[in-house]
Amino acid sequence: MFHKFANPTRFLRLSTALTPWFAALTIGMLAGGLYLGLFKAPPDYQQGESVRIMYVHVPAAWMAMFVYSVMAAMSAAALIWKHPVATLVAKSSAPIGACFTFLALITGSLWGKPMWGAWWVWDARLTSVLVLFFLYLGYIALHNAFDDARRGGQAASILAIVGFVNIPIIKFSVDWWNTLHQPASVVRMDGPTIDASMLTPLLLMAGSYTFYYCWVLMVRVRGELIGQKVRVLQMKQAQQEQRS
Amino acid sequence: MNWSHFFDMGGYGAFVWPAFLISAAVLLVMLIVSLRNLKTQSRMLEQLERSESEH
Repeated sequence: MFHKFANPTRFLRLSTALTPWFAALTIGMLAGGLYLGLFKAPPDYQQGESVRIMYVHVPAAWMAMFVYSVMAAMSAAALIWKHPVATLVAKSSAPIGACFTFLALITGSLWGKPMWGAWWVWDARLTSVLVLFFLYLGYIALHNAFDDARRGGQAASILAIVGFVNIPIIKFSVDWWNTLHQPASVVRMDGPTIDASMLTPLLLMAGSYTFYYCWVLMVRVRGELIGQKVRVLQMKQAQQEQRS
Repeated sequence: MNWSHFFDMGGYGAFVWPAFLISAAVLLVMLIVSLRNLKTQSRMLEQLERSESEH
């Protein structure tokens, strides 16, 4: 299964077929999630209407961690098996994950101000997510820091793998340290503690964000694969011109 | 449905709407930039392949 997709041509065909489905699922779940989240879900008994920020904050934060995990796993696959598609999946994931992390930080800040009275506090959860954002930026910078693209890719992969220690720190930071941030209310051992009227729109938004990631990832990986072909042909034609 | 009541968001409109709008803007820009790059690369590949077949 895994090796099948190592063939770029096959991956190109598969991703072209899947992209419209990912786009349709993104938009469909987004419409449902926004409708239920903004019109049907009740205000929170403590936080009032400000709780609706949850529907864009929590999915962004989940995706920030999920995309990083994909990036770290694909980086490992790229280093160990020299899997050509894994390299491109990791590289193409980084800007998308950075966007999700940025959004988690910004929407969290917009939620923190009315609820905690501060845009930002240096507690474990917020700081570890800020570190995640810098890990993404560092990964992207390393990719572009070397003249030899392969060496840049290797350096970036190592950073992605080492930086993965930050993911469990983010997840458990609300349990390990005193914090203003609320603890998990969906992904927990004893099941969600959040009412279905709020959980349904939250899961729809999370689904929409997940398919958005799949959609943009396919587009970016295809762009990278075609870009590689372009560079090969350009080199070849430049050599032919030199000879003639 | 009362729209001004809806946009007020119980007094939290100044926090709720920017959160939604910034999310929409960032995700839309990411999508457009990615689609544009794919289109540019595809067009370049087409041109190169055409000049390749002329040789």
